[in-house]
Amino acid sequence: MSSVRSIAKTLLLGELLQGLAVTFRYLWKPKFTVHYPEERAPQSVRYRGLHALRRYPNGEERCIACKLCEAVCPALAITIESDVSADGTRRTTRYDIDLFKCIFCGFCEEACPVDAIVETRIHEYHMENRGENIMSKDKLLAVGERYEAMITADKTADAPYR
Amino acid sequence: MSTLLAYWNQIPLYLQHVIIVSLEIVGVMMAVVVCVAFLTLIERKVIGWMQIRIGPNQIRIFGLPFLKGLAQPFADVIKLLLKEVLLPAKADKAVFLLAPLIALTTALATWAVVPFSPVFVLADIDAGLLYVLALTSLGVYGIILAGWASNSKYAMLGAMRSAAQIVAYEIAMGFALVGVLMAAGSLNLSDVVRAQSGSMLSWNMVLLFPLMVIYFIAGIAETNRAPFDVVEGESEIVAGFHVEYAGASFATLFALPEYANMMMVATLASVLFMGGWLSPFQGLLPDSSLLAQPSFLWLFVKICWFLFCFLWFRATFPRYRYDQIMRLGWKVFIPLTLVWILVECGMVWMRIGPWSHFG
Repeated sequence: MSSVRSIAKTLLLGELLQGLAVTFRYLWKPKFTVHYPEERAPQSVRYRGLHALRRYPNGEERCIACKLCEAVCPALAITIESDVSADGTRRTTRYDIDLFKCIFCGFCEEACPVDAIVETRIHEYHMENRGENIMSKDKLLAVGERYEAMITADKTADAPYR
Repeated sequence: MSTLLAYWNQIPLYLQHVIIVSLEIVGVMMAVVVCVAFLTLIERKVIGWMQIRIGPNQIRIFGLPFLKGLAQPFADVIKLLLKEVLLPAKADKAVFLLAPLIALTTALATWAVVPFSPVFVLADIDAGLLYVLALTSLGVYGIILAGWASNSKYAMLGAMRSAAQIVAYEIAMGFALVGVLMAAGSLNLSDVVRAQSGSMLSWNMVLLFPLMVIYFIAGIAETNRAPFDVVEGESEIVAGFHVEYAGASFATLFALPEYANMMMVATLASVLFMGGWLSPFQGLLPDSSLLAQPSFLWLFVKICWFLFCFLWFRATFPRYRYDQIMRLGWKVFIPLTLVWILVECGMVWMRIGPWSHFG
């Protein structure tokens, strides 16, 4: 008896029709696609995107070449070389982040005692040539100068929770 | 105008005939190709909607602010035609380039016998149904030769799968058509439609409903569409028979014939089982009313319904495993069609249904 019922069920395509009903219902459902370049999904102030090196308001570099970020980096994406600068302070002579190695975990930002290296909310960038994936010190400082207002606002908004 | 007419009248009669028929053929072919273009767009839209996406919505015709996405097929075609036609180093070059043309020719030639309206058929031949069967079987040569000539393992596997699948489903499809032949008593497609006139209840789909379902499912398998698209099987054989094709040869091998064949299966299903150009209101409304008139529009609506089913199935069902496809074809469809043909024989013998007025 049960075999007869199962054969009848197969022949009448019951389960297939059920599936078709589901997709037919979904045909009319409102779509919630975000039309990306025109519309954007909300972004957190903690968003971890492109890196930047910051300066103090008086223009002095924040980074003191303590190399904590280099030590903590799980992907070994950061390379730092340091020397004594003209004013007798310890400064980096080289600060490279390989964006291909970086996993955007944010540990460098957490480790930094002077809030020099930060991750901004910028996530739309591209490279056109080999080697552009290495963010050198100059490039990182340029990003920091350009987006300082945004970085300050984001860090201030996030500060109460840290 | 009158001078043109004078020129026209100077042409010998047989040449006039040739010119008119050629224009008709070009017209039908252009219509099919344009329909194929928009079918690809509708497919992406419908499947998108069923997956709560929106589908292509960027390319507009001449930048007009409405109907976004309508020009997508043209963008696709231009992209494909501008791409390089690649020839694999160890391919059989002549066959490699010939295969897409075989697929395309057979897919387009089938349209010659379709009765579009009570008055318009390109070739109203008596063996129309046999012609359709012959050409759809020939179409598989395009796929097999493409797979063989590519000299690639994946293409070869895809072609072999396609061959086995089409052999398996051709038989079930043929038996389903035998049922229609018994009901219509003719191989001429126009006669098949005329035999269904009366009302919606005299359409073949009422008494031959199982055959219609089997015909349509076999048609999906014949055209290698989801859920029977192991021939392309992205997950195991990359893209099957058309792995090595690119650009224009890809467009003529894959896109055009596949969609033209889909439309052919949809057209045949509506002609054979849903009364072709007959109106569904025939018999319900008086014969003089506009809605009860047979016309191409009714055929178009029915074709659209079957094409929607193609897309609907693709959005709904996961791909069949290869052995499941074979089991379905040989062990389920062929016995089922045979049983229903026997049932039909019984009905003919007892003079039930459309056979009651015979002799």
